[in-house]
Amino acid sequence: MNIPKDLRYTESHEWLKRETDGTYTVGITDHAQEQLGDIVFVEAPKAGRKVASGEAIGVVESVKAASDIYAPVAGEIVAANAELTGTPEKVNTDAYGAWMFRIKPDNAGDVDKLLDAAAYEKSANA
Amino acid sequence: MLKTTPLNAVHLAAGARMVDFGGWDMPVHYGSQIEEHHAVRQNCGLFDVSHMLIVDIEGSGSRSFLRHVLANDVEKLKIPGKALYTCMLDGNGGVIDDLIVYFFREDFFRLVVNAGTAEKDIRWLTQLADRGQFAVHVTPQRDRALLAIQGPNAREIFWKAFPEAKANTENLMPFSAALAAGMMVARTGYTGEDGFEIAFAADRAEDVWKKLVAAGARPAGLGARDTLRLEAGMNLYGQDMDESVSPLDAGLAWTVDLKTDRAFVGRPALEKEGSSNEFLGLVLTDKGGVLRGHQKVLAPEGEGEVTSGTFSPTLSQSIALARLPRGTKPGDTVHVQVRDKALAARVVKPPFVRNGKSLV
Repeated sequence: MNIPKDLRYTESHEWLKRETDGTYTVGITDHAQEQLGDIVFVEAPKAGRKVASGEAIGVVESVKAASDIYAPVAGEIVAANAELTGTPEKVNTDAYGAWMFRIKPDNAGDVDKLLDAAAYEKSANA
Repeated sequence: MLKTTPLNAVHLAAGARMVDFGGWDMPVHYGSQIEEHHAVRQNCGLFDVSHMLIVDIEGSGSRSFLRHVLANDVEKLKIPGKALYTCMLDGNGGVIDDLIVYFFREDFFRLVVNAGTAEKDIRWLTQLADRGQFAVHVTPQRDRALLAIQGPNAREIFWKAFPEAKANTENLMPFSAALAAGMMVARTGYTGEDGFEIAFAADRAEDVWKKLVAAGARPAGLGARDTLRLEAGMNLYGQDMDESVSPLDAGLAWTVDLKTDRAFVGRPALEKEGSSNEFLGLVLTDKGGVLRGHQKVLAPEGEGEVTSGTFSPTLSQSIALARLPRGTKPGDTVHVQVRDKALAARVVKPPFVRNGKSLV
């Protein structure tokens, strides 16, 4: 299971990477893409949308099933990865490169409460 | 505790992703469902379908028994080895199971039934046989392995692995079976491709599987089997039909033989109820998701429902089978409720893909 040490994670299998401007880039983990199988559709939330922590804000669909993407923290969506609309399979080949959206947290401290790599590994194996 | 086929260890060793499939521990894929799908369309895939059950019907009353039990008419089976696809109905005309029946001798027919319905099927068949009206024995054959080898090169690859079986199977017509190399070899399948379904003693399973893989067949999981069968427009029990749906409402009227005055179980109900909807295919033309079972369909004539839907790897579009209001016809545009959106879809007549080529 590929779980980079420098990211934060949610129990619902999103990863977050801190950008220099204080926003966070979000995608789904390598473990999640493997569980889902061949991904054929991604719908990311639109930029400008205010979201609540834990809110279902997007969808990933594999050949098998549809799966929600959740807001890892409360905040505002500041960008969406439009590239994934045409090439959703990138999530399978590069889960940590194929980001879905960027979020500006309402409270920067919220991210620190999320799982680190070790805790996510434990959670994903549970 | 999940049930396992004789190939469970082989699947695990091949790195298969295993899932609980109706109580069976089965491979959903061996790495990529889409690549396995393409392998079947373009070359040759190999499926373990040993979770399905062979049920032998033996005795002098076999043919009359099956003419009573099955909605299609086994009277069509005259030549030994010939097979027939049919539904087995309950008294209300609901589908207990869909199955293939093979004719070998007047006192020996063989059914291959679905895994999830096997116990129910045996109870039903035994109950009907025990009424004593027919001289038959119903015998489940649980010590068999079943494999499906499918694709344009499937037959060549099978003969490469089992050259001794070639003479008895090279002239085999579609929907026919022969006994060769200690196996029952049937030119049937569930993918819309040519190929064989083979049944043999369970203790040979690993050896047969390995020989077929060595000859060039690619292991394919039940995930690919589902996208292939849906492209081929074939119904899946439990999704497209079940006991609550008559075959006339599930696109299976062609399998129900009403031409003779044969009294089969479920016939009075079918004749009374008739059919209340159209069963057709959908091709999603809008972007915005994938068609799935139970999604609501909004048609000009009323509402319908997707019975099974998926992403079609061959067409790179989402496709579905659906029950649609009476009067809906191929070429119509309908809308499918996918989460919060109503996405446009074109109505088509299945199949979507046959022998690797798009038909829609």
